[in-house]
Amino acid sequence: MSTVALENVVKRFGTFTAVHQTSLEMDDGEFVTLLGPSGCGKTTNLRMIAGLLDPTEGNILINGQRINDVPIHKRNLGIVFQNYALFPHKTVAENVAFGLKYRDVSRAEMEERVRRALDLVQLPDSGAKYPKALSGGQQQRIALARAIVIEPSVLLLDEPLSALDANLREDMRIELKRIQDRIGVTTVFVTHDQSEALAMSDKIVVMSAGHVEQVGTPEEVYNAPGSEFVANFLGASNILDGTCEQADGTAVLIDVPLLGRITVPRAKAPAVRPGAGAKLVLRAEKLVLAGEDARKEDTISIPGVVETVDYQGQAVRYFVRSGETQLQAINMIDERPFAKGQPVSLHFRQRDCAALGAE
Amino acid sequence: MSVEARERKQPWILLTPALTSVTLLLFVPLLFIVVYSFWLRTATGADDPGFHLDNWQKALGDAFYRDILLSTLRIAAITTFFCALMGYPAAYFIARSKGNKAILLLLLMLPFWISYIIRTMSWINILGVSGALNSALMALGVITEPIQMLYNEATVILGLIHYLLPFMVLNVFVSLDGIDTNLEDAANSLGATRWQSFLNVTLPLSLPGLAAGGLLCFVLGAGTYITPLVLGGPRDAMFANLVFEAIITQLNWPLGSALSLMLLAVLGVLVMIYNRYLGMTQLMKGLG
Repeated sequence: MSTVALENVVKRFGTFTAVHQTSLEMDDGEFVTLLGPSGCGKTTNLRMIAGLLDPTEGNILINGQRINDVPIHKRNLGIVFQNYALFPHKTVAENVAFGLKYRDVSRAEMEERVRRALDLVQLPDSGAKYPKALSGGQQQRIALARAIVIEPSVLLLDEPLSALDANLREDMRIELKRIQDRIGVTTVFVTHDQSEALAMSDKIVVMSAGHVEQVGTPEEVYNAPGSEFVANFLGASNILDGTCEQADGTAVLIDVPLLGRITVPRAKAPAVRPGAGAKLVLRAEKLVLAGEDARKEDTISIPGVVETVDYQGQAVRYFVRSGETQLQAINMIDERPFAKGQPVSLHFRQRDCAALGAE
Repeated sequence: MSVEARERKQPWILLTPALTSVTLLLFVPLLFIVVYSFWLRTATGADDPGFHLDNWQKALGDAFYRDILLSTLRIAAITTFFCALMGYPAAYFIARSKGNKAILLLLLMLPFWISYIIRTMSWINILGVSGALNSALMALGVITEPIQMLYNEATVILGLIHYLLPFMVLNVFVSLDGIDTNLEDAANSLGATRWQSFLNVTLPLSLPGLAAGGLLCFVLGAGTYITPLVLGGPRDAMFANLVFEAIITQLNWPLGSALSLMLLAVLGVLVMIYNRYLGMTQLMKGLG
């Protein structure tokens, strides 16, 4: 079992800097997700941990040992690639046993461990098949079995679910998390899918353009985003400019022209300073539409007119104009959605808001 | 006409020009050759049409032809071996180089723009008595008299390698280029050194290309007559030289026909054995 750390790591390709100075720590047994859009440097970080890329600057440590100069085949890592990378000329059992051939393992133990790994991924009878005889989801499971059978110190997952179709992806997500919980291996997971990240991670590292934007638990990054990028990348948010009027240890008071004075819990607005500009973050899911004259307890209400209705089955996404501002709201559907052009009232609770310091 | 009927017909329409030319230019002449091989060249120089087995008796019974056939196959096999040995690393280098693959492939194809005969004859300027190598060695004082390096089996093999190496490189390149580089990374991550992952993953997956290249080199090598003609001595004749001799020099078409059919049959059988063990589908995959 192991810890992983990046110390002031920088990666440049020629003049292009893929990863700006980054430091990260991953605890033993933790499931850490590197989340961000393509080109944000998440895969570069993973490949540096794997030993497939050399960092330009900085150190990579596993269990406190600097491993920059340890070749990949001595790092004892399990890697699952996006396209599975199963050996097409070997059977499933041979694929899974591949890593054991380079370890001091007797034939009997090898067979036993392959059998257990295939049991764990719930494909016990597939040993004699060739990878191309399996479906995408099954190939994914074999790739996982091959990576964990060697009892790696760290499991690295490079967008392992993105090649699967939507339903299968959700099943595999649960499956992957179950297996990770069971073997308790420190796991680094790379994805651009925020719902995967929120559902699976102990810790999320949100990245953008080679920088780490925020590190935190799923609840932290979702409820108290540390930057405008994070607020928009994890779900949809309305970000409104305002001024901080007052701030103490428990709450901050922000004056937003459209909404009036809003009290935000201090925990969700750590960077806001009194007298300075601030940005109010109002999640689209927390902004609820109601009939024109509806009144609700404990909420802030403003009037608006529905401009766009994006029907999604169980939920609906509205763009609503209120004054000069367009606001986004995602609501569960009760009966039928509001129609385009319909006047409505918009409601939200102050404690659901977060705030960012002005940049 | 229904869509299905049209779709069934379409391949045949598209194949018609190719099938017509193959039939008229390959299959029909081949039948002529078969017929010719049963004629007999008389003392007057005229051919006696009919059904004579004399040519076949001579071709199959005479130890002279058998020995040259065996030495032809041996030379082709040695050439193929060296092409594989030299071609594989080159193909690997091109397949794994980043960005400039197209230029490297262009450089590989460049020799094809010069006639094969000219390319073969260029070795005379390098290895000949007054060639570049002898001149250089004499100028350096290593030797005082020029050495005869040409006109032996080694130069024939050298010329054949020069001719056939690009075919090997191209075939191996195509199969190497189709191998996902993640496979090697996966093997390395599982504990294999680079050499071990090459032996266990890359090499087996590139065998179809190696097999296709090998077959091509062997068949082209065994059927050549220009290289031994230009670079070989009087005792280095290959089987195709005998066909050339019979048809062009002696104007003995019936004997030449029998000999060429014999070579065709032997190579055909070898290709079939090859296909039996390596599978034509594998070759097709290698060819791209």
